[in-house]
Amino acid sequence: MPTMNMIQAVNSAMSVMLARDPNVVVFGEDVGYFGGVFRATEGLQRTYGKTRCFDTPIAEGGIVGAAIGMGAYGMRPVVEIQFADYIYPAFDQIVSEAARIRYRSAGEFSVPMTIRTPYGGGIFGGQTHSQSPEGLFTHVAGLKVVVPSTPYDAKGLLISAIEDDDPVIFLEPKRLYTGPFEGHTEGAVRPWSVHPASEVPEDHYRIPLGQAAVVREGEDVTVLAYGTMVHVALAAARDSGINAEVIDLRTLVPLDIETIVRSVNKTGRCVVVHEATRTSGYGAELTTLVQQQCFFDLEAPIERVTGYDIPYPHAFEWQYFPGPARVAEAMRQTLRG
Amino acid sequence: MLDSRRRADNRALLVQESEPRALELRIPEAPARPGEPVDFSRLKLADPGAVRRPEVDAPAESMRDLAYSLIRVLDDKDEAVGSWAPEVSIATLKAGLRAMMLTRAYDDRMYRAQRQGKTSFYIKCTGEEAIAVAQALALDSGDMCFPSYRQQGLLIARNYPLLKMMGQVYSNTLDPLKGRQMPIMYSSREYGFFTVSGNLGTQIIQAVGWAMGSALRGDTKIAASWIGDGTTAEGDFHYALTFASVYRAPVILNVVNNQWAISSFQGIAGGDQAPFAARGVGYGLPSLRVDGNDFLAVYAATQWAAQRARSNHGATLIELFTYRAEGHSTSDDPTRYRAADEASKWPLGDPILRLKQYLIKRGEWTEEQHEAQQNEVTQEVRTVQREAEASGVHGANNTHSPKTMFEDVFKEMDWRLRRQRQEAGF
Repeated sequence: MPTMNMIQAVNSAMSVMLARDPNVVVFGEDVGYFGGVFRATEGLQRTYGKTRCFDTPIAEGGIVGAAIGMGAYGMRPVVEIQFADYIYPAFDQIVSEAARIRYRSAGEFSVPMTIRTPYGGGIFGGQTHSQSPEGLFTHVAGLKVVVPSTPYDAKGLLISAIEDDDPVIFLEPKRLYTGPFEGHTEGAVRPWSVHPASEVPEDHYRIPLGQAAVVREGEDVTVLAYGTMVHVALAAARDSGINAEVIDLRTLVPLDIETIVRSVNKTGRCVVVHEATRTSGYGAELTTLVQQQCFFDLEAPIERVTGYDIPYPHAFEWQYFPGPARVAEAMRQTLRG
Repeated sequence: MLDSRRRADNRALLVQESEPRALELRIPEAPARPGEPVDFSRLKLADPGAVRRPEVDAPAESMRDLAYSLIRVLDDKDEAVGSWAPEVSIATLKAGLRAMMLTRAYDDRMYRAQRQGKTSFYIKCTGEEAIAVAQALALDSGDMCFPSYRQQGLLIARNYPLLKMMGQVYSNTLDPLKGRQMPIMYSSREYGFFTVSGNLGTQIIQAVGWAMGSALRGDTKIAASWIGDGTTAEGDFHYALTFASVYRAPVILNVVNNQWAISSFQGIAGGDQAPFAARGVGYGLPSLRVDGNDFLAVYAATQWAAQRARSNHGATLIELFTYRAEGHSTSDDPTRYRAADEASKWPLGDPILRLKQYLIKRGEWTEEQHEAQQNEVTQEVRTVQREAEASGVHGANNTHSPKTMFEDVFKEMDWRLRRQRQEAGF
C-alpha cells in the first residue's frame, strides 16, 4: 500500500473522484497549472484536463457562488479556498446561500459542493494564515463540517464529502500536511511515513461522515479533539502518563454523539480541546452536550483547552498554541475534581 | 458511391444546423509556461509621449480612451517626451532614484535574511520600485496610503526608519507592532501608512472611506490605495470604485498590474479581455493606464490624479503596468509556473536603470555617482541590519514580552482576557 502524507492523500481523493465521476470539477486560486500553494491539486490539471481542474480569479465569494450555481446545475464542485483565513469574502454565499438552498426550495435545488480549506496555526502565518474558523460554520444550519487528522482519514472523509449531496466545509489542518505534529516545538518533525495512518489505498474508499474514532483507549479521562489537536492530545496523554481516552471527532457536523457519551460515561471526566479561540467555540457546544447527556456520570467539571480570545500573534505562535502541556494540565485538573 | 457520400455529407450538415452546438467553457491559458518561448510582442504599447494629457478638471467621459492606452514619458533615447512629462525638480528625481535603490538593497538583504532563517517570510518588490517611490513623492506627506504588501517603497521614500522596518521583519524588540504581524505587514500612522492586511483588497474601500472622512471634515488631505491585478477580482475593489464614484471621494485607486498573482497570469483576473484601467470606465471614473516602470510617467499620472482629487473632482483609477520580476514571496518558486526568462524580456525595462539613464542624459548624474550611491545604500542597509540583529532575529526569543499579546484586542481588556493572560502564566 502506498505511503502518503496528508497533501498526497487529499490529492488522491480528488483524483479518484475526478476519474469516477465526470461531474466532479476542482477549482480555486492557483490550483490549476501550479497545483495549489500547498500542492494539494498537483498534477490534476495535467491528468484530467484544464476543464476539470482550473485556476480562478482571486474572489472567494465568486468561487463559492460559482460552485453553488454549478452544483445546482448538477455538477459536483470541489473548491479550494487557499487559506481558511481567506474564506470570509465567501461567507454570504456559504451562510445565506449554500446552507439554505435545499431548505428554501423545499428540495428542488441542492448544493453538492465541497469547500476544502487549510486551517490552523503552526507555520508562523500570523493572524491571516492561522485561524481555525470551524465554529463559524458549525453554527450555521445546513452545513456539514469535517476535520481529518491523518492521511488515511483525509482521503476517506474527502471522498465522502465530495459524494455528499449537501455542502461540506472540509477543513485541512495545514500543520499536519507533512507530519503528525504533536505540538512540541523543539526537535525534529516526524514525517507521516512513520505513522500507520500514512498507509493509504490508491483506490476509492469512504469514511462515513458522522463517525468519530477512538484513537487511544483509556479509563481515566476522555479527551475530545479534532485535526491537529488529536495528535497534541495523544502526546499529552503519553507525556503525562495519564490513562486518557482520546476521541478524534473527525466530523463536527454531523457529530457522533454516541461514541462521546459511551466514553465519558466510562471515564467520568472530559477535556475538550481545540485550537480556535474559546468564546462561542465548538468546545462550548461539546461541553454542553456532555454536561447534558453524561451529567450523572461526571465526576468533575468539564475542562476546555483552546486558543486564547486574541488574534493569532505571529511571534508568539507557540505561547498561543494550546500544546500538550496545557492539555495535560487540564486532564490533571479533571482528575483532581 | 459518390452520390451516397454526398447525401451523407448533406445529412451531416442538416443535423449540424438543426441541433444546437454543444457549449464550451473558455479556460484562459498563460502566454508562456516553463520551457515555452516568451513573446511580449502581443502587448500593445503606445509610443512614449503619444498619449494626450487632459486638464485635471476634464469630465471622465472625455477621456475614456486613456484606459485603453499606455502613458509613457521616457523614450528609448532616455528623454522625457510628450505632454505627460512632469514638472519635477532634479532634487526630487534624485531622491526618487536613491529611494528606489535603497528599496532594492533592503529587499535583497531581507530576502537573504529569510533564507538564513532570520525571519519567517519576506516579499520583494523588485522591478516595481518606481510605483511606490514615485507615488510617495508625488503625494503630500500628509496624504494617507492604504498599501498592499508590496509597497515598502512608500515607507522608504517617506524616510521611515529602516531600523523599525527590520525590527518588524525580525519580530524583535524593535518591532513597533510587537510581533503581532507577519513580516512586511508594516504600519505607521505617523508616516501615513495604513496597517497592511494579509487579506487581499480590503484596504482599497477603506481608503475611499478615509477620503470620504477627509472630505466630510473639510480637510485638505487625500488618500491613495494599491492592490494587485489579481485582487481586482475581489468585491472590495468594486465597492471602492462604486463609493469613489458616487461620492466623488478624494482618493487615488491604484491597480499594480505586475502580470502575476502568485501562479495566475493576469488573464485569470480578466486582464486579457480588457485592461484593468477600463474597469473604472464603467463606474464613470477617470482611468489612466501607465507604464509602471517609467518613474516620470508614474509621477506625472499620480500628480494629475492628486490635483484632481484636491480640487474636488474626485477619484482616479490608475493601472500601473509593470512586471513582478521575482517570486510572489519567499514561499513560492516562480520557475514552476512561468518561463524563467520572462522578467529579463519585459519590454518596459527596469525602473531604476531607466531613471538613472534619464538623469545621466540630462547631465545631472554620472556612472561614477551611481556606483557610489549603490555602495552607499548597500552599506546603509548592512549597517542598519547589524544594529537590528543586535536586538535579535525571529525565533530567538528576543521579542516583546509575550504578555503583550493580550493587549490591544480591545481598548480596555475584559475579564476573559485578564483571566486568560493569567492562565498563560503572564
